[in-house]
Amino acid sequence: MGCGTSATESQAKKSEKAIKAAILIQRWYRCAMARLEMRRRYALNIFQSIEYAEEQAQLQLSDFFTFMLDHFTQLNETDTDSVSHFFDGISDFNTTSSDLVLLEYEKMIEVPHSYRGPRLSFPLTAEDTAALLHAFKYHQQLHARYVLQLLHETRRVLRQMPNITHLSTSYSKEITICGDLHGKLDDLLLIFYKNGVPSEKNPYLFNGDFVDRGKNSMEILIILFAFLLVYPNDLHLNRGNHEDHLINLRYGFTKEVMKKYWYHGQKILRLLEDVFSWLPLATIIDSKVLILHGGISDTTDLDLLNLFSRNKMKSVLKPPNPHTEKKSSLNKTGLVEQHSSVSKSMAKSPAMSGYRGPHTNDRSDAEKRTRRLHGGTRSDLPPQMHYLESSACKLPELTAKEWKQVVDILWSDPKTQKGCTSNKYRGAGCYFGPDVTSRLLKKYNLKMLIRSHECKQEGYEVIHGGKVITIFSASNYYEEGSNRGAYIKLNPDLIPRFVQYQVSKHTRKETLNQRVSVVECSALKSLREKIYTHRLELIETFKQYDPNDTGYISVGEWALAMESVLHLDLPWRTLRSRLVQLGSDERVDYLSCFDDLEIERPLKEVQPALVETFCRYRNDLEIIFNIIDKDRSGLISIEEFRQTWRFFSSHLNINIDDEAINKLAHAIDFNKDGSIDFNEFLEAFHVVHKFEKRKNQ
Amino acid sequence: MSGSYDYLSVYSMSFIERGSKDSKYPDNPFREVGTIIRSLGCCPSEAELHDMLAEVEEEEPTGYIHLEKFLPMMTKVLMEKRYRPIPEDVLLHAFEVLDQNKNGYLTKQELIKCMTEEGEPFTQEEMEEMLSAAIDPETNKICYKDYISMMVVDEN
Repeated sequence: MGCGTSATESQAKKSEKAIKAAILIQRWYRCAMARLEMRRRYALNIFQSIEYAEEQAQLQLSDFFTFMLDHFTQLNETDTDSVSHFFDGISDFNTTSSDLVLLEYEKMIEVPHSYRGPRLSFPLTAEDTAALLHAFKYHQQLHARYVLQLLHETRRVLRQMPNITHLSTSYSKEITICGDLHGKLDDLLLIFYKNGVPSEKNPYLFNGDFVDRGKNSMEILIILFAFLLVYPNDLHLNRGNHEDHLINLRYGFTKEVMKKYWYHGQKILRLLEDVFSWLPLATIIDSKVLILHGGISDTTDLDLLNLFSRNKMKSVLKPPNPHTEKKSSLNKTGLVEQHSSVSKSMAKSPAMSGYRGPHTNDRSDAEKRTRRLHGGTRSDLPPQMHYLESSACKLPELTAKEWKQVVDILWSDPKTQKGCTSNKYRGAGCYFGPDVTSRLLKKYNLKMLIRSHECKQEGYEVIHGGKVITIFSASNYYEEGSNRGAYIKLNPDLIPRFVQYQVSKHTRKETLNQRVSVVECSALKSLREKIYTHRLELIETFKQYDPNDTGYISVGEWALAMESVLHLDLPWRTLRSRLVQLGSDERVDYLSCFDDLEIERPLKEVQPALVETFCRYRNDLEIIFNIIDKDRSGLISIEEFRQTWRFFSSHLNINIDDEAINKLAHAIDFNKDGSIDFNEFLEAFHVVHKFEKRKNQ
Repeated sequence: MSGSYDYLSVYSMSFIERGSKDSKYPDNPFREVGTIIRSLGCCPSEAELHDMLAEVEEEEPTGYIHLEKFLPMMTKVLMEKRYRPIPEDVLLHAFEVLDQNKNGYLTKQELIKCMTEEGEPFTQEEMEEMLSAAIDPETNKICYKDYISMMVVDEN
C-alpha cells in the first residue's frame, strides 16, 4: 500500500510538472503570436494609410487632371480617323440597331487568322463564357474587336437597369456576394472553382472595384460582362469608386488597356467610360439587405438615388460646376432640377416609388432649361484653365446634391464612433457611425448593409452590431500574404455565411512568421520611400526640436514631427525601432532614417528640393506624360515638359523659377536632341534602397 | 516613467480605438486587449490575463474597455515588471519535461495531446499554426530545440 501511494504521488507530481510545462509553453506561444499579430496589423495599417493618402492627393489634383485630359484629348481629336468618329456617333443607338452596330465593328476591325484566342458570337452563350475562362487561365488575350462588341452590348443591357436593382431570393437558393477584385484574376478563378460559375441556379453579385492595381482588370471585366450578357437576371454588378476613368489613370487600369490593346486602346477606354457610368449604384435583396460599394452618409436618400440619370456621373474627379447650383437655386422648387435630369431610360424604371411630384411632359423644355443653367462662364478659373470652358458638355450635369449622393455611397467608410464626418483620409465621402447606420436601416425598413471598399485581413468584417458587413475579395491585396479574400453566401433567411480563401503562389507552405515578415518588409519599404520624398521638410521640422543641433531629439518629439509632416496617422512609437536608430541616452538619431535611401540617379545641376518634389509626384507625372504622349513614342518635347511642369507646380503652389525648370529640362535631355525620354526621366527619380542595390549588384 | 506612459497611451490608443476596424475578433474585445498586452512585452498566462482584465472591465459588459482604466493598470504592470517574457533555457526545459522518453523530439501526437488537453488548452487554430511551423514534415516529429531557436531568431 505504501508503494502504491508513493507511485500515485510521484505520478501526480509528474503530471503537475507536465501541466506547468504545458502552461509555460502555451504562455510563450501566445505571446509570440500576439507580437506577430501586431506586426501584421501595423504593416496593413501602413499600406492602408499610404493608399488613402495617395487617393486623397489625386482628388486634390482633380482640376489639374481634368484640364490636362480636356486639353490634350481635344488636340488629338482634330486629327480624326473615321473609325473613332463613327463610334462617337453611335453612342445613342437604340436596341433595334444593335445588330447593325455589331456588324459595323466586324467590318471596321479585322481579326487575323493567326489569332488563337476565343472568337465570340453574339448573342453570347454559356459556351462563350467557358471559352473565355479557359483562354484567360492560359494567359490569352481577347481580341479588341470582341472587346468592343462586348462592351457595346454590355452598355445596351446596363442602360435598361434602374439605379438600384431589386432582387429576390425566392427563385434561387443562395446568392453569392463578392467584394473588390481589383484586377486579380486568380481570385476570381478561385471563387468560381470553389463556388461554381454564375448561372440561373448560381446567382452572383459583384460589389464594385473590379479594376485597377491588379494586372488582369480587363480580363475580369470581360468575364463579368460576358456572364452578365448570358445571365442578365443572375449576374449583378454594382459600381465601385474605381469604375471611374480618371481614377483608372492613376491606378493602373488605363495603362493596362493601352499596353494590351495599343491602337484600339483609346476606343476601348472611351466606351468603358460610358459603360462604367451605366453600372447600377446599389442593390437591395428581399427589400431587406442593401448592398453598395462604399457606404452611406447622414444625407443618403435612396429615393433620390434612384431617380436621376446615373450615367451623368462620369468621374469623381469631375464635380459639377458650382455655378449650376447657384443658378438652379433660383428656381422655385428643387423638383425642376430633377425633372430635367430624368432621361428616357429612367421612365422605364420600376422603382419610381417614393418620388413625389408632377411629371413634366415637355422633356425638351426641361432640357433647354438645363442647358441654359450651364451656359455661364466659369469665371472663377485661373487663366490657364480657360480651356475647360470650351469643352462642350454633351449631357446636362448632375446637381451638387445628386453628385454628393453618389460620391457618398461609393467612397464612404464606417467608423466605430457615432456621427457622420467627412472622410479626410480618402478625400471623398464620409465616415459614418453606428447611429447613422441604424437611422438609415430603420428609415427604409432594412435589415443590414453589405459594402466593400476596404481591405480586411480576414477578407470580411462585421461591425455596427452586425448591421454592417465589409466584404473584400482580393486576397494578398497589398502584398503576398497580406490578407485573405472572402465572399458571402446569402440564403432566403438572409443570414450571411462567409467563405474565406487565399491565393497562394508557393506550393511549399510558409510559416506564419515568414508570411508576416514578407508583408511587414514590403510595408516598411513603402513607408521609407515616402519618408525619403519628404526628407527636406522632415529635417527642417526635426531641427525645430533640436536648436543646439545635437542630432538627437526625444521619441515623443520625433513621433510628433513625423505625423505633422506625413499625415499618415500611424503608430510612430511602435514603428520607431524599424525606422530610426537610438542614441545611448534613448534619444532618436533623427537623420538615421535616411541612411539606407538615395535617389537613383542624382542630378547635380538640380536643386535638392526640386528633385525631392519630382520623387514625390513621380506617379502623377507618369500619368501626365502618358496623356501628352499620344503617339506613344515615349518622348515629349522640352517645351511640352516645361509647360506641363509650370501648370502642375502652380496647382501645387510650388514656386520654382523658370531658370530652375530650364536647367532641369536640359539636364534630363540626356541625348541633347530636344526631346525627353520620360520613362528614363521617371526612372531617375526613383527612390532606391542602397542596401538592396548593393545586394543585387 | 511618463515616457513609457506616453508610449503606452499612443500605442494602445491606435489599436484600441481603431481595434474593431481591423480586428481579428471584432466581437471579443478581451481577445483584442490580450493581444495588445502581450505585444507590449508581457507574457501572462490566460488566467493572469483574465485577472488583469477583471480589474478594468465595466460592471456591465459593454464590449469595450476604457482607456482611463486600462492605462494605469498597464503602466503599473510594466513598471513592476510583471509577467516577464520566458527565457530560452526555461522554455527548453519545459519541452524536455513533456519529452518523457528523452528523445530530443516530440511526436505530433504527443505535442497535440499536451497542448490541447493540458494546461490552458490551445484552440484548433492555434494547434494547427504551431504544428505548421514546428513540425518536420518528413519525420512528423517536432525537434523542439530547433523550433525554439528558429522562433527566437524570427523575433529579432
